[in-house]
Amino acid sequence: MLPQAHDVAAERQTETTIGEIAKLGRAVVITSGKGGVGKTTTTANLGTALAQRGARVALIDADVGLRNLDILLGLESRVHHHLLDVLEETATLDEALVQDKHSDNLFLLAAAQAREKDEVDTEKMRALVGALRERFEYVLIDSPAGIEKGFKNAVVGAEEAIVVCTPEVSAVRDVDRIVGLLGNRFRPQLIINRVRPELVKKGKMLSVDDVNAILRLPLLGVIADEPQIIVTTNRGEPIALRREGATANAYHAIAARIAGEDVPAPTVELKKATFFERLFKGVRS
Amino acid sequence: MIEFLRRIFAGSPPSADTAKERLRLVLMTDHLALGPEIVEAMKRDLVDVISRHVEVDREHIEVTFERQDRVLALLANVPILSVNRPSPPPSDGSPPTRPRRKRARRKAAAPSAPAEAAAGT
Repeated sequence: MLPQAHDVAAERQTETTIGEIAKLGRAVVITSGKGGVGKTTTTANLGTALAQRGARVALIDADVGLRNLDILLGLESRVHHHLLDVLEETATLDEALVQDKHSDNLFLLAAAQAREKDEVDTEKMRALVGALRERFEYVLIDSPAGIEKGFKNAVVGAEEAIVVCTPEVSAVRDVDRIVGLLGNRFRPQLIINRVRPELVKKGKMLSVDDVNAILRLPLLGVIADEPQIIVTTNRGEPIALRREGATANAYHAIAARIAGEDVPAPTVELKKATFFERLFKGVRS
Repeated sequence: MIEFLRRIFAGSPPSADTAKERLRLVLMTDHLALGPEIVEAMKRDLVDVISRHVEVDREHIEVTFERQDRVLALLANVPILSVNRPSPPPSDGSPPTRPRRKRARRKAAAPSAPAEAAAGT
C-alpha cells in the first residue's frame, strides 16, 4: 500500500532547515487551545501544500472521539483503521495510513471516532510519531482543543509547534496559555486565521500586528476569512489544491516557509487605505 | 491625528482598541499567576509591616488585584483596630471591646507596586 520511498524521504530531509536529526522527518503539532479556530482546516491545507511541493507527508488526527481531518480531506470513506488500532496493535501502520486522493505522497492516520482521548497511551503515541518520522519528511499532528490529555498526547511526539489563532480576544488568550504550556522546546510559530481586512480597517477587528504585539511569536502566515474555505470543506477538497487565489497562495507560502524558503512577510491587509479613506472610515466607525 | 479625529467624531474608541486593551490586562493577570499561598504570604508580610505602627485586624484583611486604568494594582484592605499602641494582635478573632473599625483602603506601596506588576508580565 505504501510506496517504498524511505530513501527518497531521507535524501530530501537533508535539504530541510532542521538539521539536528538528519534522517528523521519533522514532527509538527498544530494546536491552539481554543476550539473552532481552524486547526483541522490548517492541518489539511498545510499537508496538501507540503505534499504538492513533493514532500512525503503524514497527517495524524489526534482529536480522538471527534474525527474530522478525514472529512476535510474527502477521505472519510477510505478510513478502515485508526490511530488507536495502531497504538493497540490491532492494525499495522501500513493498514491504517490512508493515501490521499489528490496527492500520492500525502497520508492520513485518522482518529478513532467511537473512543475517548484518555484511552491513548502517551508513550505509545510518542513511539508512533517517532516511527512515522522515519518514513515521512513531515508528520503534522492535528491537536484537539483544550489543554488536557488529548493535547498532551498530540504534543508528546512533536518537536515543533504551529499555533493557530484568530483575531479574537478569547483565541489570543488561549494561544498565550498554550504557548506558555509548550515552553521553549517547540519553538512555536503563529498562523493568524480568519482575518477580515475590511473589519480591521474599520477598527472593528484586531489586526495581525495587534495580535502579534501581544503574542510575540514568529509569524508563519496569515489567512483571510475566505468563504471559499466553506465550499472546499463541503467538497472535501482543501483549498490548497488550487493553483491560484489569495488563500491557496497563502497556504503555499506557509508551506514554503516551513520548508525553509525565504518567503516575503505574510499579510492580508493588502493595500493601505488612503488618508481620506481612513479618515472617513474612522468617522463612521 | 486619525485617532484624534476618530475620538471626536465617533465618541467611543473602535472595538478593536477595546479588545487590545482588555487582552493586555487579562494577560497581565494570567501571567501574574499568583497562587493563593503566595497571596497569603504577602498578606502576612504586609500585616507584619503595618502592625509595627498601628494595630490591625488580622482576621479581616483583604488582598485583591484590580485593573486600574492601564495598570494592575494590588489593593490591600486593612482594618485598623487602634492607631495608638502597636501591640501583638488579639489572639481571639472577635474581642468584646473591638474599637470602631476604620477601614483604611490603601494601595500597598502606592506608586511602585502597580509599576512592578506591569513590568512583571
